[in-house]
Amino acid sequence: MAGSSPAMTDLESSRRSIRRLAISIGKRLAMAMTVDLPALERTESVESPAPAGRLRRYARPALGLLLPVGLALIWEFIVWRGWSNGRLLPPPTRVFATIVELGRSGELTRHIAATLSRMAAGFGLGVIAGTLLGAISGYWALARRLLDPTVQALRAIPSLAWVPLFILWLGIFETSKVALIAAGVFFPVYLGVMGAILSVDRKIVEVGRIFRLSGPAMIRRILLPAVLPAYVVALRVGLGLGWMFVVAAELMGASEGLGYLLLDGQQLGKPAHILAAIVIFAILGKATDWLIEIASAPFLRWQDAFRQIGAT
Amino acid sequence: MLILDRIGKIYPNGVNALERFSAEIRLGEIVAVIGGSGCGKSTLLRAIAGLDRATSGSVTLDDVTISAPHAEIGVIFQEPRLLPWLSVADNIGFGLSDLPAEVRREKVARALARVGLTDKADAWPRELSGGQAQRVAIARALVPQPEVLLLDEPFSALDAFTRRDLQDHLLDLWADTRPTLVLVTHDVDEAVVLADRVLVMRPRPGRLFAEITINLARPRDRNSPLFANFKRRVLTALDRSLDRSEPDRDAKSTTGEAMWW
Repeated sequence: MAGSSPAMTDLESSRRSIRRLAISIGKRLAMAMTVDLPALERTESVESPAPAGRLRRYARPALGLLLPVGLALIWEFIVWRGWSNGRLLPPPTRVFATIVELGRSGELTRHIAATLSRMAAGFGLGVIAGTLLGAISGYWALARRLLDPTVQALRAIPSLAWVPLFILWLGIFETSKVALIAAGVFFPVYLGVMGAILSVDRKIVEVGRIFRLSGPAMIRRILLPAVLPAYVVALRVGLGLGWMFVVAAELMGASEGLGYLLLDGQQLGKPAHILAAIVIFAILGKATDWLIEIASAPFLRWQDAFRQIGAT
Repeated sequence: MLILDRIGKIYPNGVNALERFSAEIRLGEIVAVIGGSGCGKSTLLRAIAGLDRATSGSVTLDDVTISAPHAEIGVIFQEPRLLPWLSVADNIGFGLSDLPAEVRREKVARALARVGLTDKADAWPRELSGGQAQRVAIARALVPQPEVLLLDEPFSALDAFTRRDLQDHLLDLWADTRPTLVLVTHDVDEAVVLADRVLVMRPRPGRLFAEITINLARPRDRNSPLFANFKRRVLTALDRSLDRSEPDRDAKSTTGEAMWW
């Protein structure tokens, strides 16, 4: 009896979280992928066979899909009837066909791999630097007084202003691109970590002192869990900025990558290529964001419980 | 034996929160420290806990001077201060991390049963009511079996009914291992229900004003005339403590020292 009930609640909560995930996927697709007709249709068909009781829970996000799907269908219809040639704004099917074609030739994989590897390197470096310096500044008041004003001043510089300097210093190849992405990721992570550490409840730290936790134990058992929710938010903000900067870096001269695909499409007058790259950016951006969300979910279940109570 | 020897605390901003506070507290004794706000009673408790250093005087527990949190001293705060990311059971076992998992689980299970929250073992702290959360805090402090338990207005945030319930429950738990309890409160009723001895403090600077021994058998009847009598004595002492012309309990030793100077 006592053994089975936690398992039950576990199952229940995971089912709930899957359901919630499905809803949020729907919402996000509606917001982010107004041009991605195939993806939209897929989510709709998943939702439609749901039982009547759940229909209301899915009805609202589906409502959000109505406008983009409708517009896409109308545009598809207009081009299909020949009222417009759809040269500057290709219809959804043509964008989809472009993606398939690029994918078949292997070109798409190459571009995605190039972008993803830059992103991974830049994001990784930015997160490591931001976490380390943020933790030092948050934990140690002297370091904060020494370091923080400089970091804040650097933050005030629009990061794209670094581009010429990075290219001069690091060349026009991978290094300067990775550095730009890392710079973009660094600041939100640094600020998030520092702010999170500074706002750890002193009263809870005192509990750790009462139980005579050593320095490392205090960090592991009190500070890390207390900081984690804000850290996940900081990572997600950093990731968003990272995607922004990977595009900027690739627009400024690259021989491969999704940003190159954008530029190529512009120069060769192929809007379907541009839209295809944008759609893939949207998918990759959301997918990586979900990865962070899903990876952190088991550690943030205690917050989840609160949200569920608040919702009912 | 817990010995408080002329403890004084002057905060960096110059506030003289506590002055020359002395008391000897026997093992297993329940002592209530009562006084108006700003009389330094929380300062006193934090000094005993080793959370804040006193600026003068010393705290010794069985001949060991306390200057940092000590394994034999547990603390219960006004708020439960549970760790929100740990389940109720893990919160209770927080201070037992040195023990093997099996022993820890068994102790936690026993503590949960003792505070009547076995069914909440896997709940998150946020899912508990105020009274339940404070029970968990009590269990967490008691489960390592400290020799001394310090309580800083532990029930003041609870409603009257829950407060009475937890006061009785605390006595019940105390009877298990009979630790020394030092309880800071501003509730006269609470002091007289729980304590063997009530220390009345006066504010600015915080000083010991009077000491009242409550020699009533437990369980105590809150409605008995004797109980009312003790309450009146504590209240009278509290009133008199605000009268500046009344001397401190330690007045004699103070003048003695002044002469020595």
